Amino acid sequence: MSGRIVIVGYGMAGARLATELHARPGDRKVTVLGAEPHRAYNRIMLSTLLAGKVDERDVELTELAGQGVDVRAGVAVTAIDRAARTVRTATGEQLGYDHLVLATGSRAVVPPLAGLDPDRLPDRVVPFRTLDDCRRILAAARGARTVLVLGGGLLGLEAARGLAARGLDAHVVHPTGHLMERQLDPAAGAVLADTLARLGVRTHLAASATGVVAGADGVRLDLADGRSLDADLLVLACGVRPDTALATAAGLRVERGVVVDDRLRTDDPHVSAIGDCAQYDGVVGGLVAPAWAQARVVARLLTGEDAHDRYRPPPGVTRLKAAGIDLAAMGELPAPAGGAQAGGAQAGGAQAGGTHATGPAAGDKNPVAARCEELTFADPARGTYARLRITDDRLTGAILLGDNPAVGTVIQLFDRGAPVPADRRALLLGRTVDGPAGGAEPVASPALMPDATTVCRCNAVSKADLVGCWRAGARSVAEVVTATRAGTGCGSCRDAVAGIVEWLSGVDPVEVTR
Amino acid sequence: MLLRERDGQVEVLPRDFPTNRGGLCQKGWTAAELLDHPERLTTPLLRGPDGRLAPATWAEAYARIVAGIRDTQAAHGPDAVAVFGGGGLTNEKAYALGRFARVALRTRMIDYNGRFCMSSAAAAGMRAFGIDRGLPFPLADLGHADTLLLVGANPAETMPPLARYLTELRERGGQLIVVDPRATATARLADLHLQPLPGTDLAVANALLHIALTEGWVDREYVAARTEGFDAVRRIAAGWWPARAERLSGVPVADLEATARALATARNAVILTARGAEQHAKGVDTVTAFVNLALALGLPGRPGSGYGCLTGQGNGQGGREHGQKADQLPGYRRIDDPAARAHVAAIWGVHPDELPGPGVSAYELLDALGTPTGPRTLLVFGSNPVVSAPRAARIERRLRDLDLLVVTDFLLSETAAIADVVLPTAQWAEEDGTMTNLEGRVLRRRALREPPPDVRTDLRVLADLTAAVDAGAPSYRFLSSKGPLHPPSAAADGAQPPGAAADGAQPPDAAADGTEHGGARQDGADARVVFAELRRASAGGPADYAGVTWERIDAADGVFWPCPDEDGPDTPRLFTERFATPTGRARFHPVEHRPAAEEVCAEYPLYLTTGRVLAQYQSGTQTRRVGALRRAAPEPFVELHPDLAARLGVGDGEELRVTSRRGELRAPARITATIRPDTLFAPFHWGGTGRVNSVTNDALDPVSRMPEFKVCAVRVERVTP
Repeated sequence: MSGRIVIVGYGMAGARLATELHARPGDRKVTVLGAEPHRAYNRIMLSTLLAGKVDERDVELTELAGQGVDVRAGVAVTAIDRAARTVRTATGEQLGYDHLVLATGSRAVVPPLAGLDPDRLPDRVVPFRTLDDCRRILAAARGARTVLVLGGGLLGLEAARGLAARGLDAHVVHPTGHLMERQLDPAAGAVLADTLARLGVRTHLAASATGVVAGADGVRLDLADGRSLDADLLVLACGVRPDTALATAAGLRVERGVVVDDRLRTDDPHVSAIGDCAQYDGVVGGLVAPAWAQARVVARLLTGEDAHDRYRPPPGVTRLKAAGIDLAAMGELPAPAGGAQAGGAQAGGAQAGGTHATGPAAGDKNPVAARCEELTFADPARGTYARLRITDDRLTGAILLGDNPAVGTVIQLFDRGAPVPADRRALLLGRTVDGPAGGAEPVASPALMPDATTVCRCNAVSKADLVGCWRAGARSVAEVVTATRAGTGCGSCRDAVAGIVEWLSGVDPVEVTR
Repeated sequence: MLLRERDGQVEVLPRDFPTNRGGLCQKGWTAAELLDHPERLTTPLLRGPDGRLAPATWAEAYARIVAGIRDTQAAHGPDAVAVFGGGGLTNEKAYALGRFARVALRTRMIDYNGRFCMSSAAAAGMRAFGIDRGLPFPLADLGHADTLLLVGANPAETMPPLARYLTELRERGGQLIVVDPRATATARLADLHLQPLPGTDLAVANALLHIALTEGWVDREYVAARTEGFDAVRRIAAGWWPARAERLSGVPVADLEATARALATARNAVILTARGAEQHAKGVDTVTAFVNLALALGLPGRPGSGYGCLTGQGNGQGGREHGQKADQLPGYRRIDDPAARAHVAAIWGVHPDELPGPGVSAYELLDALGTPTGPRTLLVFGSNPVVSAPRAARIERRLRDLDLLVVTDFLLSETAAIADVVLPTAQWAEEDGTMTNLEGRVLRRRALREPPPDVRTDLRVLADLTAAVDAGAPSYRFLSSKGPLHPPSAAADGAQPPGAAADGAQPPDAAADGTEHGGARQDGADARVVFAELRRASAGGPADYAGVTWERIDAADGVFWPCPDEDGPDTPRLFTERFATPTGRARFHPVEHRPAAEEVCAEYPLYLTTGRVLAQYQSGTQTRRVGALRRAAPEPFVELHPDLAARLGVGDGEELRVTSRRGELRAPARITATIRPDTLFAPFHWGGTGRVNSVTNDALDPVSRMPEFKVCAVRVERVTP
C-alpha cells in the first residue's frame, strides 16, 4: 500500500523519517526532497557553529544511501496534486506517491518592523534558522564588534551565546519583562540574565522594537521608548511559523500548522505531516523530541511494523546547556502569585491546592484534590535557581538553573512520570545531605569505630579481627596484614588498617588487652 | 597465586605479579579449601533406574557415555551430540575440547559459557582492531594513566587486586570515572560516577564523542593516519547532543562534559569496558561506541593509553582463543575460513571437508537441547548453565529433556545434579597447563599434588573418550612437537593444505608412548603434549602461540601473544605501529543507540540488573562451599532503593518475589541507597528459588549472541508469609 513514499523536507524530521524507514526491512521506494541544498544537518548544533567550535562538516547527520532511499537535496516541491497523487518540483519534475509525508518545517518570523522587508532583508539583518542563515551571520560577523539579537527566547539566547563566544559584544533585545517567558518565571529569568551578563551577553528587557535602519556600515534598532541601539549586525530570533504553504495550496486542513491526528494523518489519508509544520491536538512543534517521536510512529505505520501505533506527545523539556549556562525547564509551573520565591496556586486553577512548603500540602480539606507541593531554592548571586512542582508524588513542572547535579534525574522523573524521592532535597540541591554521592565512605576514628565494622571488605576483616590479632601479639602493620590478610585485596583499606594499628600502639595496652 | 604444601595441606600465597602485585582477595586465600572439601566428587556417578545418582566405576561411566553418543548419533546424526565448555578451562583443555568435538564427535555443536561473558567485547575488538586481546597493553600501563574510564566494571568486588591501580591512580592525582547504574564499591572510589539507566551506555558513549567533536578534542591527525570510517561515525555522533543522552540515560550533561574533558585532556587516558556494558542485546555496539570514542581521541596504540576490556573468568582470554567457540578454530582462526580449516585439519590428520562448519551460540545450543531438531546428548565441561544461563528455568527443562547429560566437575553443581553421568575431575592445584590472562599473557598452572585416586583430569577424560569413540582414526593421537611449527605459505602452494606434507601423514601410532616429553603419552592426557600441538595449530593465526614454550613462560613471568617464534620477541603492546586489519588501520563503525530488548511497562515497571558480589564467583558452585565466603555472602538478595522499599512497604531482609515475563526469583530485600530507585539488582551466584537467571532475558546480541543479562523489566512484591 505504501510502495512509494515521498517525504517533502530534509530537515531533522524528514531526515529522521528516512532513517527510520531505511532501518526497517521491506520493499519500498522512499524519496526525500529537500529544498535546502545541503545534506541533513543538526539544527541544534548551529549555535556551536556560530561559536566557531565546529565547522559545517561536523553538523552533518547520518547520510542514507541505497536500500531504496533516494535523497535529493536542493529540490524544492512546488505543488501537490492529491487527486493524481503526485508532487511537482521546482525543476518541473512530477513524482508519484502512494503516501506523502510533509516535513516542511517552519520559517523564521521576520517581525513587522519599519524598514524591514521580509523578502529583501539587508545583509546585516539575518534570521537565525538555517545553515545558510548561519553562513550569512558569520559572513556579517567578520570584522564586527557588536551584535544585536532580537528575541530572548531559547534560539535568541543560543545565538547570542555563540556569537559572544566568538568575541562579539552581544546584546539581546526582548519585548517582555523576562527572558524565555514561555519556559521561565520572572525569578529564573532574572538569574539567567545575570548569568548571561557574566558571559558577556547584555539583555534589554521590556524593549519593544519599532524599526530597523540598516546601512553599509551598521544597523540601528529603534525602540518604542525612543531609544535606539546600534550594532554591526542584527540577528532575528523572533520565533518560527510552520511552513504550511504547500499544504494550504493542496487544500489540506491547516490551522496554525497542518492538522494531523494521532496517526499523523492529515485529512487526506494518503498524506501525513510531521515535525514543525504539523499541528497535533492544537499544538505545533518546534522541538526535536516530538518530531522524532512522530517520525518513528509514521515509520512503524507505513512499514506495517505496528499498525496500531499512535503518537503520544512526549513531555516537553527545554534544555539550554552551553559553557557557563545550565538551564532545564519542563512542564507546567503556574505563575507565582507574589514575589519571585513564592509558589502558589494558579489563579482560578483547577483543584490544585498549592503550598510553598517542602512537604505535603497542609490543611488540604478536599480528599480527592491532588496533593501539590512546590519547592524552590534560589541563590541568585551564584546563578542557581530551582523550582519544582510535585503533584501526587509526581513531578509536573520544573525549572533548574545553574549547575544542579540532579538535572538528569529531574528530567527522567518528569519524562517517565516516576515517583519523586522521599527526600526532596535530592532534587533541589542535587544530592541528599548525607547520601551516598560524593566518594568513598569516610574512615571513622578507630576508637569510635564499632567492633563489627568491616575494615577490609575484600577479605572480610573487621575491626574486632584486627584488635584480636594485635592482642595475639602482632605489633606492626606488616604483621597484622600477614595474619589477617587485611589490605591484601584492592588495598583501599591500607590507611585504615595502619590507623587502627597506630591507635592500638598508642592506647593503654591494658585497656586494649583486658 | 603461589601454592605451598605444608603438613599435607595446600596453602595459597599471593604472588608478586603485575596483575595482583602481591594481593589476593578472600576467594584466592580460601581456594585451597576446596581441594579436600567433604563435598568433593571422588568417584564417577551414574543415574540409576531409581532416578538417583550413585557411585560407579570409570569403565561403567565411559560405557554409558560411549553408548549414548553412538545411539544418539546413529539415530539423529553427528550434530545430535553437543559439547559445552567453560572459560575457566586451561588453554590445553579448551583446545582439546574443540578438537574432540570436531574430530572425534564430528559435531558442529560446541560452544561455551564465555559466550555469556566475553563475546561482545571480543566481537567489537575484532571488528575495530582486527584482533581480540582483552588488554592490548600490559596491565601495568594503568599505573601511568591519568584518566581511567571504567564502563560497567566493578573490580573492587570482582577483581580486588586490580583495584589497587585505581587507588594509586587517585593518589597521584589522576581521575577515575566509573559508569554504572549502581554506586558500587568501585564507583565509590571514583572522582566522578555516571549512573545511567540500565541499557543506555551506548547513548552515553555517543554523547561523549559528540562533546569531543564540538570541543575540538578529536585527534584529527591520528584519525587521518591510523583509522578509517570516521565520517560515518561523526555523523552519528552529531545526532547525539548531550542533552539528548541526558534525557535518555539520566546522566547530567555537565558530567558528560567533565568525562569527555578528563579523557581528552589527560596525558594518558584508558577506557575499559566490562560485563556491565557488554551483557546486552546491543553489547557489541555499546563496546564499539566506546572504542569509537577511544579512537577519536587517538588512544589505542599510544603507550600508556588505550581501550581494553576486563575478562571475567579465570581463563576468559585463553578460553576464547583455541576452538571451544562455535565459530572458531585454534589460534583465534575462523572455522569458515578455508585456509584456517586446511591448516588445522592437516594438524588433526583429517581432510578439511571432514571438519564440521560453524555451530550455534551457547544460548541457542542450550535452547535447542532435547527438541526434535536439537542435540539429544550433551557433554558439559567446567560450566554450570542451570545457574548461569539466561532464562534458566527454561534451560533447565531443556537439559532435563536430553537423552544423556554428562557433566564433568569436581563438585556437584546444579547442572551435575541433574546429569545422567557425573565425572569427577581434578582441580587447579592438581593439574598442569597454561592460562592466558586479560593482558594476553600466557601463564603456567602447575600441579602441586596428585588428584585423589579415583579422580581424573579433564584432559584424561577427553583422551579416554576419544580413544573409545575414535580409536582407529589418525586424529586419535596428538602430534609431536617435532617438525617446523609454521606452515609454508599457503599462497605458495594452494593445492596442498598448509602443513599437510610435514605433519598430516603421521600415522596414529608413530609417537605412541614417545619419550621426548619424559615418557609422556601422546594421546592427549598430558597437557604438555596438547600444548605442543596447540602451538602448531595456532601458528600463523591471530593468537599465535608458536613461539611460546612452558620453559619460556617460566623464565619470563609469562609470554604475551602473538609470539610466532621461539627465538623472537613476544608482544606486550599491540597496535603501536599498525592494527591487525588488512589495511593496518583501526576501523570505526557507526553505531546507534537502541532501546533494551525489554523496556519497562505498567505490568513490569522496574529494571533488573544482575552481577556479582565480592565473596562469590560465577555460578557459586565453588565459592558457596567455602566457609569464610559463605559467611561473608551467605544467600542471594535483591537490592532496592529505600524509596522503592518504602512504597512497597518492605523492610530490610524481608522476602521479595521478583517476576519477569520468564520466571521469578525469591530472595530477601537488601535496602540500599546505592541503587537507582527505578532499578533492582540481584547477584547471579545462586540456584534454586534464589536464581536470578530465572528472570533474565534471553534476547541475544545479533553479532556476538550475548544474552541480555544486564537489563530486563520486572515487578517486585513482598512475599506474604
